[in-house]
Amino acid sequence: MASRPELQAPPEIFYNDDEARKYTSSSRIIDIQAKLSERALELLALPDDDVPRLLLDIGCGSGLSGETLTEHGHHWIGLDISGSMLNVALEREAEGDLILGDMGQGLGVRPGVIDGAISISAVQWLCNADRSSHEPRLRLKAFFGSLYRCLARGARAVLQVYPENLAQRELILGSAMRAGFSGGVVVDFPHSTKTRKEFLVLTCGSASLSSATPQAKGEDGESCSDDEEISGDEENQSVLVSDRHRPRKKHKLNKNVKGKEWVMEKKEKMRRKGNTVPADSKYTARKRKTRF
Amino acid sequence: MRLLTHNMLSSNIKGVTNGFPLGIEVEKMEEKEVEMNTDFLRNMFAKVEWKALVEAAKTLGYTELPDNVEPSMLESDEFMRRFHHALLELHLEEGVLVCPETGRKFPVNKGIPNMLLHEDEV
Repeated sequence: MASRPELQAPPEIFYNDDEARKYTSSSRIIDIQAKLSERALELLALPDDDVPRLLLDIGCGSGLSGETLTEHGHHWIGLDISGSMLNVALEREAEGDLILGDMGQGLGVRPGVIDGAISISAVQWLCNADRSSHEPRLRLKAFFGSLYRCLARGARAVLQVYPENLAQRELILGSAMRAGFSGGVVVDFPHSTKTRKEFLVLTCGSASLSSATPQAKGEDGESCSDDEEISGDEENQSVLVSDRHRPRKKHKLNKNVKGKEWVMEKKEKMRRKGNTVPADSKYTARKRKTRF
Repeated sequence: MRLLTHNMLSSNIKGVTNGFPLGIEVEKMEEKEVEMNTDFLRNMFAKVEWKALVEAAKTLGYTELPDNVEPSMLESDEFMRRFHHALLELHLEEGVLVCPETGRKFPVNKGIPNMLLHEDEV
């Protein structure tokens, strides 16, 4: 397969008139984009009340993803950096309003007005410095910061991304967190290289049960719990220190690493992970002779 | 570009404290009819900056919007129709959006505003 488009040229140059036309006339791409948009909309978890919402389509390109939003009855504002792609969107009579803009410069939308945002195959472009004046971290900061501000309370952003490597994943996730988002990553079909798709599902406002990371899709359509959770606050570890019982410096943690209870817990953990674990019997964690 | 979108956009230039609302200079506008949905309008009513909408509508030649509004007006069909018309059916096709603080002009072509900032404005 050809190298990643992100490595070939900046997006406004890569998506020129020819590429824009090619992209939008490929039935395969149209199909994939439609599926991704449907899934993103699903993950957006808008209330099921048939009320049209105002959504953002970040990196809307030629309006392929926007079409899905229109089909579901929503109003959307699309942003893209490529004039050629937007022209194709005009030709296809995209229903949403289109803006020629650079998401790395900030979205320029008023605070708290957007009911939800989706982005299909776009945000990873921010990880490349296309110009000497670009600093990816700052661009990601500007993007996520402005996205957080313009979303209404409790609104979500679902960003389908193609990160090149782990470093890019962490870069994107980290920037989202620092902007104040809570949420997680949903990976559909994590074991297949072709169909594997990553969605960042981000929520504005405090994480609650309703904003828990959704189930990802497995290879056979069965749910796969291969998701990483990131939340706004780190695991709370409180240390109570009182004058009299100040723990000594090299106070060893009293972890009980023996005993039947511990063994049974470990076996359960391994089972949950999916490893094959011998069945439990009356011999499990039985006390052996010391010479054993 | 609909006035709905105009009402959501703000100037992003570095150093600008209040980039909303953007001024409009019309060269060409169009009216495109679209189906009305009262639920959506009710939802948007709370979010829309009314004064900015009235001003923008006036610039595009529509003066039927009342200057002051109350939530009770949402019950009136006539008001809803006007609100719908101004918000979703008036389109700015060619013209300029102007940053209220710096005066910087963002061109609008074929209904698409060019909000790309120069290197020194980021």
